[in-house]
Amino acid sequence: MLDFTRFFVEIYPARWAILEGVGMTLVISFLSIVLGTILGIGVALSLVYGGRVQRFAVRAFLEYVRGTPVFVLILACYYLLSQLVQLTPFQAGLIALTVFCSSHVGENLRGALLALPRGQTEAAKAIGLTFRQTFVYVLAPQALRQALPAWINTASELVKASTLLSVIGVVELMLTTRQIIARNFMSLEFYCLAGIIYFLISFSIERLGRRVERRIALPS
Amino acid sequence: MSKPVLEILGLHKKFKEIEVLKGVDLEMEPGDVVSVIGSSGSGKTTMLRCVNLLEDFEQGSIRIDGEEIGYTAAPQRRRRKESEIARQRSMTGMVFQQFNLFPHLSALGNVTLGLTKVKQLPKAEATAIAERWLERVGMAERRNHYPGQLSGGQQQRVAIARAIAMNPKVMLFDEVTSALDPELVNEVLNVIKSLAADGMTMLLVTHEMKFAYEVSRRVVFMNQGRIEEQGAPEAVFHNPQSKRLADFLKNAKF
Ligand SMILES: Nc1ncnc2c1ncn2[C@@H]1O[C@H](COP(=O)(O)OP(=O)(O)OP(=O)(O)O)[C@@H](O)[C@H]1O
Ligand SMILES: [Mg+2]
Repeated sequence: MLDFTRFFVEIYPARWAILEGVGMTLVISFLSIVLGTILGIGVALSLVYGGRVQRFAVRAFLEYVRGTPVFVLILACYYLLSQLVQLTPFQAGLIALTVFCSSHVGENLRGALLALPRGQTEAAKAIGLTFRQTFVYVLAPQALRQALPAWINTASELVKASTLLSVIGVVELMLTTRQIIARNFMSLEFYCLAGIIYFLISFSIERLGRRVERRIALPS
Repeated sequence: MSKPVLEILGLHKKFKEIEVLKGVDLEMEPGDVVSVIGSSGSGKTTMLRCVNLLEDFEQGSIRIDGEEIGYTAAPQRRRRKESEIARQRSMTGMVFQQFNLFPHLSALGNVTLGLTKVKQLPKAEATAIAERWLERVGMAERRNHYPGQLSGGQQQRVAIARAIAMNPKVMLFDEVTSALDPELVNEVLNVIKSLAADGMTMLLVTHEMKFAYEVSRRVVFMNQGRIEEQGAPEAVFHNPQSKRLADFLKNAKF
C-alpha cells in the first residue's frame, strides 16, 4: 500500500518540479478561461445578434467543437494547426483549451441572453438607449449573473481538461507527476498527490465562484 | 389653438399578412390627456408601440413636435438610423403593463440610467433629477431598493418616474394597472392623475373606465384597427354614437 516514509523522502527533491507543474496548470487554465470567455462572448453575440451567414458559421464552429473530444481538439491544434504555423506545445494547448472554453461560454451566454424577458430590451429602448448601450447596461449585467454558475463549472472543467495537455508535452502537473513517477516508481502515492491538488484547485474555484455569486446576487 | 405635440396620420401596421392598424389618425395638443379604450385585439397596444418606435409601420406618419419620427418623410420613406431612432424614442416615455424595471439596478439606478447614458448628464445632476421624480411618485424612501424588493404598485411608480425623468414630450401608458393586485391599482392611478393635473401630455390605454372618465380630456374608442369614435368623456361614455361603442361600454367594468 502507500509507503508514507519513502513518499516523504521522495517528495522533497520533487518539490520544485511539482510547484512548477501546478504553476503551469494554473497559468494555462487561467489564460484559456480569460481568452475563452472573451471569445465566448463574441460567439454568443454572433449567435444572438449576428446576421444569417455569421450565425450559421459560428453555429457550425460550435457544433464541431462541442462534438469533438477535448483530447482530439488538443491533438488537432498541435499536429494540424502546426502545419500552418509554428506552435509550441504551450501555444497549441492554449488554443485548444481557449476554443473549448469559448464553445461552453458561448452556448451558456447565448442561453442566458435569450432567456431575458423581451420587456427588458424594450424598456431600455424606450428610454432612448442605443442597441450597444442596451446590451452593456441592461442585458449583459443580467445575462452574466445568469451565466455565472455554469461559467464556474466550465472553469473547473478546464482545469481538469488541462491534464490532457501532458500528451503534447506541456509540462503541467500531470506530466510533472508522470516524470517524477518515472524516476521513483511511486505511482500510487504521486498520482494520489496530483489528485488531491486537482481537487483543491477545483474546490477553490467552486468556493470562490459561490462567493462571487452571493456577492452579486440581487436583493429580493 | 396651440401646435399639436403628437400627430398620427393614416397609420397602417401589419403583422405578416394581418392588418392590425387600418389607418389611425390622432392629434394631441400639449397638456392633452387622451385615453384609448377598446376591446382586446383592437390595436391599442400596437398603436402606442408604433409611437414609441418599438414597432415599424408600413404606412402613415407620426410626428412629435412637428418632427417626423421613425421614417424619413415621404416620398422617399426610409427607416431612420438606429442612433436617430434611439434619440426620437426618448421624446416619448413609455410605461409598460409589466413594469419592465431593470432588476439589477436600484430604483434610483433605474431612473438615472437614461439620464446619464442618453442625456449624458453628470451623475450628481442625474441623481438630483431622479430623486425629485422618485419623490413625486412617492418612492423617495425606497430609492435604494431593488425591483425584487418592491411591490407591483411600487415598481410601476418607479417605472413612471424612469420614463418621465427623461422629460418626454408625451407619456405613453399601456394598461399600466392590469398586472397589479386590485389594492395596488389606486396608488398608481393617483400618481398618473396628479401628473395629468400638472399638465403632462399623456396617451393612455386603459381598461379602467372610471379612471378614463375622470382623468381624460378626450376618450378614443378603437375597434378593429380603427378609431371608431372619440370625444369628451361625457359624450363617449353617456352618449355613444356607434352601436359597437355602446356594446363595448355595456360589457366594460366601471
Ligand atoms: N408581435 C405580434 N405578432 C403578430 N401579431 C400581433 C403581435 N402583436 C399583436 N398582434 C396582433 O395584433 C392585434 C392587435 O393587438 P394589440 O396588442 O395592439 O391589441 P390591444 O388592443 O392592445 O389588445 P389588449 O386589450 O388585449 O391589450 C391582435 O390581433 C394581436 O393578436
Ligand atoms: Mg394591449
